[in-house]
Amino acid sequence: MKKFVSAALAASMVLSLAACGATATASSTTSEAASTATTEGGDAAVGTPIKLGGIGPTTGGAAVYGNAVKNAEELAVKEINESAGETVFEWQFQDDEHDAEKSVNAYNTLKDWGVQALVGPTTTTPTLAVAAEAANDNLFVLTPSASAQAVIETGDNVFQICFTDPNQGVASADYIADNGLATKIGVIYDSSDAYSSGIYDKFKAEADVKGLEIVAAEAFTADNKSDLSTQVGKCQAAGAELVFLPIYYQEASQILIAANKTGYAPVFFGCDGMDGILSIEGFDTSLAEGLMLLTPFSADASDEKTQHFVEAYKAAYGDTPNQFAADAYDCVYAIYDAYVAGVINGDMTASEMCDALKGAFTSMTFDGLTGTGMTWDETGAVSKAPKAVVIKDGVYVLAE
Amino acid sequence: MSLKTMKKSTRSNLITFGIVIAFYLIVSLMSVMGMMTSSFAGQLVPICAYVVLAVSLNLTVGILGELSLGHAGFMSVGAFAGTLVYTLTFENTPLPVSILLSFLVGGAVAGIFGLLIGIPVLRLQGDYLAIVTLAFGEIIKNFMNALYLGYDSTGVHFSLKDSASMGLAPDGVVLINGAMGITGIKKASTFTMGIILILLTLVVILNLVNSRAGRAITAIRDNEIAAQSVGINITNYKLMAFIVSAVFAGMAGVLYALNFSSLVAKKFDYNTSILILVFVVLGGMGNIRGSVIAAALLTVLPELLRSMKDYRMLIYAIVLIVMMIFNQSPQIVSWRKKITAGFKAKRAAKKEKKEAA
Repeated sequence: MKKFVSAALAASMVLSLAACGATATASSTTSEAASTATTEGGDAAVGTPIKLGGIGPTTGGAAVYGNAVKNAEELAVKEINESAGETVFEWQFQDDEHDAEKSVNAYNTLKDWGVQALVGPTTTTPTLAVAAEAANDNLFVLTPSASAQAVIETGDNVFQICFTDPNQGVASADYIADNGLATKIGVIYDSSDAYSSGIYDKFKAEADVKGLEIVAAEAFTADNKSDLSTQVGKCQAAGAELVFLPIYYQEASQILIAANKTGYAPVFFGCDGMDGILSIEGFDTSLAEGLMLLTPFSADASDEKTQHFVEAYKAAYGDTPNQFAADAYDCVYAIYDAYVAGVINGDMTASEMCDALKGAFTSMTFDGLTGTGMTWDETGAVSKAPKAVVIKDGVYVLAE
Repeated sequence: MSLKTMKKSTRSNLITFGIVIAFYLIVSLMSVMGMMTSSFAGQLVPICAYVVLAVSLNLTVGILGELSLGHAGFMSVGAFAGTLVYTLTFENTPLPVSILLSFLVGGAVAGIFGLLIGIPVLRLQGDYLAIVTLAFGEIIKNFMNALYLGYDSTGVHFSLKDSASMGLAPDGVVLINGAMGITGIKKASTFTMGIILILLTLVVILNLVNSRAGRAITAIRDNEIAAQSVGINITNYKLMAFIVSAVFAGMAGVLYALNFSSLVAKKFDYNTSILILVFVVLGGMGNIRGSVIAAALLTVLPELLRSMKDYRMLIYAIVLIVMMIFNQSPQIVSWRKKITAGFKAKRAAKKEKKEAA
């Protein structure tokens, strides 16, 4: 009897391990079955759906970005499938907890599902690991928000829809110098964050060229950001007329509060991570008056596309979309453009699709939420004009 | 009597080796037959790294009896040192030499850190030691996060501020880029390397445990004063265990780092240390084979639960609690003993089968 029980236990263990593979096969068979069903039932124009995969942190500390990307991708896929009247995209999103190892696992899970093009990962460090894997497999990667230069250097299959960090740093320094905003600059950045320190490095180099004087460069890390008044105080003591904040909006809001307390009122200048500062709960948005930021997207823009997106997003998820969401939305539509142009179809292998998309992206011009007339060069970097906005009366106003 | 126990431990060790080798053979067979999913294939190297980490931490926590919460710190220094060696040498040196060199350097550097940390830290006991090792792990993480290292024709430059302050010449190469860490690593780790490292770790640690030194170390764990009274050099043996543990953690770090194209210090925070400790506790303190199995199972488990979507970490936690209770709770253990009493032989067979799975 005991022998039997133990054998059963062992067998169940083996099965649960094997289930790792089995689930993947099972789900791909069901989706294949589903797609055959639509082919048979629908009209003649229906082709094989393209399998789009998404990766991002939907749990953990960076979940706010991953969820924004996930929601926007879901929204875009739904819209496209509805307006086309057929299943153009099948879509699956996997959580990576903002961790390189988990992200590669997520990527492999998507591969088992049969992913043909990847929209993601969301954050830089995981993207570096996944991009290397995808380069080996020759699978197309279009990341909405992993902005480090190293990401696109991984392979010619990796494209970005966001600015690269160096680009943002250089553009910020240029903008400040060309518009004569200030000559004495203070910088507060997160030295433990690749995004923040990446921008800061290039900003510093460009500032030297442009004759801007960085009088204070204060760093904090992810572990000690509960009180940033020291860094603000140092910028104030150094007499900075403008404080450059290449950081995310949560920390920036604390800096604004700290500066307000000590009566320090320089010009604050941020990058795309600053987008979202007006939607922080419990934050007095009057403190953000006069804050300038370079961002490709603002939820308050008056053009039709943005308004439609913001409305649909709010209706579906009850939240104002941030720039991550807009980038992800654009990613799906950019790939859809290539599909409409007839460059790709669902019958291609992932590698064929990658080659086709590489050609398409380097030759096409794309108009999206985060910019018009976007083009990509062979490295995978996007070229679009950054918009400088300034916050006036609680809304973004284009700064000219 | 002593012969009997010797035999028992040898047999037990052979079973542990057998499990690892059987796992290797099954996986190789599966991959030859094309039965492997990418998902599982991608986890093999991390599994090996975590097994080595768990086994090496078990030496400190289970055999020496000192709670260490900074194991990821040793992993981190080993990973960075080994990866540096690898990125500098892999172009000009034959690949196996370069890899071997990076493992040796990674292990050696971690060992040196083990010595440096061990000398002051091992004077402390219990909770104090745990807290100091925790702090050590955090120091390493923050230091590596702020470290910029590069070289150019004039030599090696480093900075703790930003990459511009290194003052590199235009032809300079940045090796470690602060929070960005090391990027563009050419993937080198293979499952076979991982299994070899596991076997090496097991050979060294199991032999150490069953040697004269190992008995001295367990004597220190059981009663430090008694051990001292019979003339055991406490500091030496404690340091020995601590350094061996650090060396293998460093090597596991190299294995782990060379499996991904980028390496960041953030990965090696206290969460990773705690994760490794969870493997050890679940497998049983001082039970090396338990560590091997627990590390492998708990690495695969979150991936198995992917179909649960957002609930998976919740379910992971519940599974963990249930497994802990099943394995360690005195009532359950006595209940299990009662059930299995008289069926010792059969129980051994069951254990074997369970572990083989």
